[in-house]
Amino acid sequence: MAPGFDVTSFDARRVRADTPGLNRVIFGRPITYLDSGATSLPPRAVIEAVSRYYELHHANVHRAVFQTAGEATAVYEGAREATARFINAPGGAGEVVFTKNTTESINLVAHSWGGANLGAGDVVLLSEMEHHANIVPWFELRDRVGVEVRFLPVGDDFRLDLTDLDRHLEGVKLLSISAMSNVLGTINPVKALAAAAHARGAKVCVDAAQSVAHDVTDVANLDVDFFAFSGHKMLGPTGIGVLWVREEILASMPPFLGGGGMISDVRLDGYTPAAGPTRFEAGTPPIAESAGLAAAVRYLEGLGMANVAAHERTLTGAALARLGREFGDRVRVIGPADLECRGGVVSLDVAGVHAHDVAQVLDQIGVCVRPGHHCAKPLMRRFGLTSTVRASFGPYSLAGDIDVLVEGLGQAIEMFATP
Amino acid sequence: MNNLDDLYREIILDHYRSPRNRGELPVPPALRVEGVNPLCGDELVLYLDLRDGVLADIKITGHGCSISQASSSLMSAAVKGQTLAKVREAIETFKGLMSVHASALEHRDAPIEVDLKRLGELAALQGVVKFPVRIKCATLAWNALTQGLDEAGA
Repeated sequence: MAPGFDVTSFDARRVRADTPGLNRVIFGRPITYLDSGATSLPPRAVIEAVSRYYELHHANVHRAVFQTAGEATAVYEGAREATARFINAPGGAGEVVFTKNTTESINLVAHSWGGANLGAGDVVLLSEMEHHANIVPWFELRDRVGVEVRFLPVGDDFRLDLTDLDRHLEGVKLLSISAMSNVLGTINPVKALAAAAHARGAKVCVDAAQSVAHDVTDVANLDVDFFAFSGHKMLGPTGIGVLWVREEILASMPPFLGGGGMISDVRLDGYTPAAGPTRFEAGTPPIAESAGLAAAVRYLEGLGMANVAAHERTLTGAALARLGREFGDRVRVIGPADLECRGGVVSLDVAGVHAHDVAQVLDQIGVCVRPGHHCAKPLMRRFGLTSTVRASFGPYSLAGDIDVLVEGLGQAIEMFATP
Repeated sequence: MNNLDDLYREIILDHYRSPRNRGELPVPPALRVEGVNPLCGDELVLYLDLRDGVLADIKITGHGCSISQASSSLMSAAVKGQTLAKVREAIETFKGLMSVHASALEHRDAPIEVDLKRLGELAALQGVVKFPVRIKCATLAWNALTQGLDEAGA
């Protein structure tokens, strides 16, 4: 289903022209947006889809019989279908739950599936490179029901150390792992890990927040059970996230939040939850955001995710080579050097200059990067760091962005160098 | 337009590169207070030797950006050996400098109602308030100092 890499059909300069956020001028310089790992800039098609929804179709979903209410429902359910197609959901739209973001999606898994299926002594296996969003919900579950939370180690090569995988999988009922690290850029071997976990009878949850906008996603091929991601990191709007759940598991899961829209009946003595994904969508859902998400899906499909992946891999390779050439040991890349196992998230440790100070100097020439611990404090501790400067690419990134990044890094080093 | 030179004054860079009063004091008799900024991960530890109404000694360890490190170093130089009344006064003056600027952000040329002369070298930090996200870096050490004095009932 994914198109092969075809240079003629993908042009990052055209994506750039489609993205109004890249027209900003910051302190007299054109914006250099290198924070797509935190959130991506939507193309005009997404912004217009949200506006068009509010201008023409806005009504509540699944309720009224008037014309626009039907249209709003069609928009919302259409987005569910587009999302299912984008990730190749084997069971279609009935497996796609809309949430607020990746974090809520993982919390939903922990509360609903975890609460119903895990108990004292059961093991949840994570990794040391997880975002806090894939750690804290499991600690909360531990505090509620007494599961054991265990971590796969990360090696000095910034990749998962799988030498003792069999031992780590003992007693595991759920493996919850990121497809791609938001700090290191490391792409994890999700399919192989899922096979190993399934062989032990464990379920597999994937935090795909970082991977879904940067490579082809095929949940059927990955053969996992839960798959969580956010709209705003894939050129869509904020306020909408996705949880894909394998159909037979979804059917067995108890509700997460209670309220309107998630029931099939409510009586004075109790209620019956709805079947299907709406069981997890209490209250008015993110309808306008779903219109934007569907537009983002169509836009990314037009680019071809294999093309996006190839483009970002080229840029990442260029960035790693250039940083090494310009700065040598003064700027250390905290992540794998091998382009085959990493994406376009490049974390940097600048010798003698704190990440916040680097980011401040970069801001002065319009460069947007993220300084800090990136909500991955266990990983930062693992490498003896408190913060890094993270530059991350999107489909609109160009080699010229690396030039401006290098210019700013040079200024920061010069400013803070001991005279 | 914000000017980086307003933020990174020479005094600040000097205190960042050569922080004053680095180290630890034996606890007790010294009091140990931690300051943590959960947003950026900056951490510092103050050791306060309070005796006879005087902050007889102060030492600082930890890590952070140039602004949090320089601010803690400048603070230590300003309050070491001072009476507790003078220390409280310095805290109030410094926090006033930060908040006056913060509230005047929409009117950047508004007069500053803080006597900069009383601040001495600390006045070098006044440029921080033009960069609102960095104010929390500058106030980290001062909040920890306040907490330490409060805990000691001083």
